[in-house]
Amino acid sequence: MTQSVEKAVMRILAEQAFIDIADVSLDQSLVDLGIDSMGLVESIFAMEEAFDIAIPFNANAPEASSFDISSVATIVAVVKSLIAQKQDA
Amino acid sequence: MHRVVITGAGTINPLAQDVTGTYAAFKEGRCGIGLLDIRDKDRLSIKIGGQVLNWNSEAHFSRKEIVLYDKYTQFALLAARQAIAQSGLSFNGNLGYEAGVILGTAGGGVNTWDENYRVVYEEGKNRVHPFVVPKLMNNAAASHVAIAYNIKGPSYTVATACASSNHAMGQAFMMIKAGQSRVIVTGGSESMLCFGGIKAWEGLRVMSKDACRPFSLNRNGMVQGEGAAIFVFEDYGHARARGANVLAEVIGFSMTSDASDIVVPSMKGAARAIAGALKSAKLNPEDVGYINAHGTATAVNDKTECAAISNVFGYHADKLMISSTKSMHGHLIGGTGAVELLACLMALNHGVIAPTIGYDDPDPECALDVVPNVARDAKVDVVLSNAFAFGGMNAVLVLRRKP
Repeated sequence: MTQSVEKAVMRILAEQAFIDIADVSLDQSLVDLGIDSMGLVESIFAMEEAFDIAIPFNANAPEASSFDISSVATIVAVVKSLIAQKQDA
Repeated sequence: MHRVVITGAGTINPLAQDVTGTYAAFKEGRCGIGLLDIRDKDRLSIKIGGQVLNWNSEAHFSRKEIVLYDKYTQFALLAARQAIAQSGLSFNGNLGYEAGVILGTAGGGVNTWDENYRVVYEEGKNRVHPFVVPKLMNNAAASHVAIAYNIKGPSYTVATACASSNHAMGQAFMMIKAGQSRVIVTGGSESMLCFGGIKAWEGLRVMSKDACRPFSLNRNGMVQGEGAAIFVFEDYGHARARGANVLAEVIGFSMTSDASDIVVPSMKGAARAIAGALKSAKLNPEDVGYINAHGTATAVNDKTECAAISNVFGYHADKLMISSTKSMHGHLIGGTGAVELLACLMALNHGVIAPTIGYDDPDPECALDVVPNVARDAKVDVVLSNAFAFGGMNAVLVLRRKP
C-alpha cells in the first residue's frame, strides 16, 4: 500500500513533467523535474483526486503550509500523512 | 479631439450601496470582507469574501423585472440609476440615438449559470426557466441599462477578466474623444460569489483564507468580492453647455497585452501600459500624485506591479502614493476597475487618499508608499488606475481634477 502511494505520486509528477516514471527519483525537486507553478497546482489537483485528500497549499505563501514541496520524497511523505489522517478520522 | 469628463457616478459594493457610503468607508479604512453566507458554503475551503449584504432585490425592482435580472445585472442597474440621476441627463430625445452603454464583466450572469446547473445536474430536472439565456448572457447588464434609459447608440460588453471595467471605460473615453458619441454610460459589474464561482477559483491556489493584504510581506492571496460601479462619461463641451456638475476629467488611457503567460503577470506588459497611459495623457511621471493599484494581494501581482511602477516613474516613484482598495472591498473581478475609480474621484475631489488596510509588514519588493492602514489627506491633481488581468490584459486610466 505504501509502495503504491509513492508510485502513484511519482506517476502524477512524471505525467506533469512529460517524462517517463523511470526518470523520476525521490530526491529530485520540482525544478529538477521541470514542473512550474501551473504544473504544481495541476499535480496537487491530481493527487487530491487520486487519494480523496485535501492538500493545504497556497501559491502565495508556499512555505507557510505543511505541504513541503522541496522534493518528490517530501511530497510523498505529506500525501501519506494526509491519507493516514483521513483514515484515522 | 474632444475632451471627456465624468458627470455621474453610482455604485453598489461590499462597503456601501451608494457613492457617499463608499467614500465614508474608504475614509474610515473599513473592511467589507467577512464570512461568506452562501449555499453550500461548508463545502468550500475559502470561507471569506466581499459580499453585498442585505441585498433586497424587491426594494429596487419589480417581480417582473427580477425574473429577467441576474444579480450582476441588478447591481449594474442600481448603480446606473444613481449615476444617470446625478448627471441630470435624459436620453428620451435625440441624445438617446447617439449615447451608448459600454460595460465590463468577466463572468456575466454567473449566479444564473450556477443555479440552473444545479437544477439539471444536481436535482436532475429536465427543464429550466425559459429566461435563463437572456439572464446569463454577458451583455445582459449593458442591454438592460440601454433598455431602461432609452440608450440607442453604440452599446456592448467588454470582457478582459479583472481588467474588464478599465477596458470598458477606456473604450468609452476613446469613443467620446473621437467624436463618435457625446455620452457613454460605462463601468462594470460582477457577481460570482456562489458555490461554483468560488470553487472554480480554489484550485488555482491564489486565494487567501484570512484577509486581503496588498503589498504586505505576509500577504497570502486575493479575496473575491461582488458589486458594480457605473459612470456617465460625457463630452466636455456638451457638459459645459448644459451647466452639468463635472466630477473629473478623463485624460488618458492605455491598454497592452503581455503576450507572456495565461496567469502570471509580466512586469514589462504592465510597465508599457502605465507608460502608455502617461503618454496618452501627455504627462510626465512627476505630474502624477496617486495611483489606485491593481493590488490583488497575491505574491506575484503586487511585486510585479511595484516593479512596473518603479520602472516607469523612476525617482518619482518614491513620491507617489499607491493604494489598493481591494483590501477593503475585495477583488470584484470584472467590476473591480469601476469601483476602484471611485477612490480616484475621492482623491481628486475630497483630497483624501483611500488606504491599503490589513498592511502588517513592509515587503522590500514593494517598497513604495502604499498608504498603509489609515486614509490620508493629500491634494492631488492627476491620478492613475491600474488593472492587470489574467491572460496578460492590462488597462490603465488617467484622471485629472475637473477643469
